[in-house]
Amino acid sequence: MNFSFTEQQLEFRDAVRQVLAKECTTDDVRAAYDAPVARTSRWATLAELGVTGLTVPEAHGGLGLGMVDLVPLIEEAGRVALPEPLATTTGIAAPFLADVADSGSVGTSGARAGVWLTGIAQGDLTAAVADVRWPDLPVAGADGADLLLVVADTPDGPELHALEGSMTATAPAQSLDPTRRLGTPQWEPSAATLLLAGDTARTAIDRTADRAAVVTGAELLGLADTMIAMTAGYAKDRQQFGKPIGTFQAVKHLVAGAQVLLEFARPVVYGAAWALDQDSPDASRAASVAKSYASEAALEAARVALQVHGAIGYTWECDLHLFLKRSWALAEAWGSAAEHRARLLDSLLAER
Amino acid sequence: MDRPMDLHYSDAQEALRSEARAWLADHAPAPRSLPSLDTAEGFEAHREWEAEMYADRWSVVSWPEEFGGRGVGILEWLVFEEEYWRAQAPLRVSQNGVFLLAPTLFEFGTPAQKARFLPPMASATEIWCQGWSEPDAGSDLAGIRSRARRSDTEGGWILSGQKTWASRGAFAEWCFGLFRSDPEAERHRGLTYFLVDMATPGVTVRPIPQIDGETGFAELFFEDVYVPDDLVLGEVGKGWSVAMATAGSERGLSLRSPARYSCAADRLVDLYARTREHDPARAARSADSVAQAWMDAEAYRLNTLWTATRVLGGGSVGPEASANKIHWSQTDLAIHRTALDLLGPEAELHGDGVDAPWLDGYLFALAGPIYAGTNEIQRNVVAERMLGLPRG
Repeated sequence: MNFSFTEQQLEFRDAVRQVLAKECTTDDVRAAYDAPVARTSRWATLAELGVTGLTVPEAHGGLGLGMVDLVPLIEEAGRVALPEPLATTTGIAAPFLADVADSGSVGTSGARAGVWLTGIAQGDLTAAVADVRWPDLPVAGADGADLLLVVADTPDGPELHALEGSMTATAPAQSLDPTRRLGTPQWEPSAATLLLAGDTARTAIDRTADRAAVVTGAELLGLADTMIAMTAGYAKDRQQFGKPIGTFQAVKHLVAGAQVLLEFARPVVYGAAWALDQDSPDASRAASVAKSYASEAALEAARVALQVHGAIGYTWECDLHLFLKRSWALAEAWGSAAEHRARLLDSLLAER
Repeated sequence: MDRPMDLHYSDAQEALRSEARAWLADHAPAPRSLPSLDTAEGFEAHREWEAEMYADRWSVVSWPEEFGGRGVGILEWLVFEEEYWRAQAPLRVSQNGVFLLAPTLFEFGTPAQKARFLPPMASATEIWCQGWSEPDAGSDLAGIRSRARRSDTEGGWILSGQKTWASRGAFAEWCFGLFRSDPEAERHRGLTYFLVDMATPGVTVRPIPQIDGETGFAELFFEDVYVPDDLVLGEVGKGWSVAMATAGSERGLSLRSPARYSCAADRLVDLYARTREHDPARAARSADSVAQAWMDAEAYRLNTLWTATRVLGGGSVGPEASANKIHWSQTDLAIHRTALDLLGPEAELHGDGVDAPWLDGYLFALAGPIYAGTNEIQRNVVAERMLGLPRG
């Protein structure tokens, strides 16, 4: 039993935190609102550090690391509301492509997956991944992505397809948070796009949903942490009735409640990352607890942050909304808290 | 040592689990077969059970062997607790002693105090109660007025005043209490932590029936109670910091092990599954709460392992103990409240011949947000000491 990160993992996290503090200020996030782009100079920097290729196998130019290594970095991405699709590309698409590259799957899929993985490691490729439950809805990060991983519903079950080049065109859709770069893929399934079918597709879809729940949860942890820190800072400065509003228990208890949720969401997300790396039979269950807990923590942090900031928090000028909007979007992405509670309960009942 | 993350228990820890499971299967009373520990009869029955545990070194596994333990660490204790709750073994009548005073004794006690008090605590020969709150000092603990003054004739101290809400106070042999030893000093200063033999002349106990009608706690009156110097725990005048160590145990790792909630949450899912068979509509209304309660217990388990790893690595538990206390008390309430909703009209059944584990558990859980420092006080601690908000 050793439930902690290694020194090396923490050092890497700290290094990424330093880089992002400089390269991803709230001004930078605002710039991304005006011009949402998938690959930026910041993305290139992350690629140089090895971050984009963290989960890419070494054979394809990455670091070949796992979810436990990745989750603290995704948390850092959330902390600064990073506009680029690190969670999606490195946390969801790359591990999936690594499975494909390993599995000697349909036709030339394995070889193609290897090429894409190299692209991810080099910072030349961002990917978007459709949620199997909503195959026809807009996909986050799809607008401007180099690779779209999409799902086709067939009488024989779901198939996984990959779209690249001219096939990545999407019908645009707007999000409250423009950095989400939503787009609905415009495509027809063909032999050329097919990546996985049958049981391998089903397994891959399930694993992808679990990974997506955990990395999205990690991003929500970072967002919640920033919102709580901003709020504590504001409550220390803002004076009413001749003293900082943070002296009032009505304010203290709001912020403390959010902090308690965050404190307990962290080990839940970390434990789920470990379960995924172990291929534990409990991994899906752990992923559901992680996403549910992280979503609730971020939504409560958002609610409290807005309430304590008061009217200024409701403005475009105040940076808070950058974090609120991302939190609201991610809380629903890859399963809301309530959906994951339902999924968990089904799993608990299945073993009885 | 920089080992990668690993949430498996070691082979040795799993071996301890097997041994504990086998022993409990042979020895533990049937679930809920002992009378309530808040009755005179139940108190003695629970004492006998703990003596049986002590005889085979299961009552305090994490203590050094010389005091009756097995000298194992916090993780082994957590494993033992998992088995203890899994077996639905009796509640611990010695809990104020072994989970709260003992960690404080290990930190602040003299060798003589440890040798004198730990073994009979472990064997439940001596049961401890806690004398902290007073009629006018609850959340504002530093406002206590019970006094300790020097005895001019005999050395030692003379205690006077009134304590209240002393859990186990109706039947306990010993009390650990906080008294103002320097009447000039203000608030947190000038307090001293005493160990008091309840049989000392001048101690009067008035049991207080709790919400369930049983005398789970008591008022304690001290009228010129003599206490020798060797029953001061820690330094004279430094009682506040000694008490905060006890409070840290109460809110942090040692009082409420995760297995308590994990096992209750599993039983809640069982109850949900049964309810679904005969009243699917009622079950459906509680489905979300059942899942949430199970998750809350799981989050508590993971957070405990996270904290335990930090402590084993030389770290300490600071204001996080307050976040912890808020979480476990809310989790306990959520589990039991949800169970009562599933029971519906049967939830209120109670009394002679009725086994009402969920209602009893709910009544117990209701106290959680109040004792060990109210959750409102804990939220102040979280806001001020974790987030740096100014004191009001």
